[in-house]
Amino acid sequence: MTPLQRKPSLQHRTSIVYGILSIVMILVILQLWLLTATMNAFLGGDSAVIWPAAAASLVCLLLNLGLLWNLYALERK
Amino acid sequence: MNTSIDKLNSNPKPESQKPQWEQDFPIDVEQDNYVARRDFTKFMVLTSFAFVVGQCWIGMENFIRRRRGKPPARAIAMLSQVPVGSALPFAYPGENDPCLLMRRSEAELVAYGQKCTHLSCAVVPKMELGQLLCPCHEGCFDMSNGRPLSGPPRRPLPIITLEVRGGTIYATGVQERTV
Repeated sequence: MTPLQRKPSLQHRTSIVYGILSIVMILVILQLWLLTATMNAFLGGDSAVIWPAAAASLVCLLLNLGLLWNLYALERK
Repeated sequence: MNTSIDKLNSNPKPESQKPQWEQDFPIDVEQDNYVARRDFTKFMVLTSFAFVVGQCWIGMENFIRRRRGKPPARAIAMLSQVPVGSALPFAYPGENDPCLLMRRSEAELVAYGQKCTHLSCAVVPKMELGQLLCPCHEGCFDMSNGRPLSGPPRRPLPIITLEVRGGTIYATGVQERTV
């Protein structure tokens, strides 16, 4: 097993989880803002932003899922 | 290699010399931190999924609203029933959509949805001030255009478009606005 393939230490893994969590939090806050802005537009009768905002939120979810996949990959190592 | 780093974070004393609480509850703080952050990250991804579901729900609601189409015109009152400086409540387009018809002058009739755009409390007309007041959180709307003047509401009240035909006032539609 090469040094690169070795399972990272717990301290190292915690740092990686902190990094992933920070990015996930930023994306979730962006999604929260998208949801409130879309709801405000919808209640105001403006429907133009609904589906673009939904697409942007979906992209954020896919990024989050990618990060989650990395988290599981970290466990598997 | 890994264990040497882990050892730096754990109590190096032998088991018998550790305090009683540490013997009773041998918590690995590093491991606990790791698991807590990892599980919180998983929960945040679930929240992210919930937000996408919320966005899609708004899209579906919009689809249903569009299919419903424009509400039909409906007679709401006789012009003689609304003297200058008075207000009349009515429901439009549905029975659960309270609205207010106000006659500000001989020629000026205005109507707005009565639900405050903050938390849907019923707004009260203050004819002498030319304002609509929401008593719940002291929100205030301009009677001439329905826009918020003060308090928590940010969106204007929906305008009910009116038509006067043969002395009868008809509500012909609802105009929702963001600004």
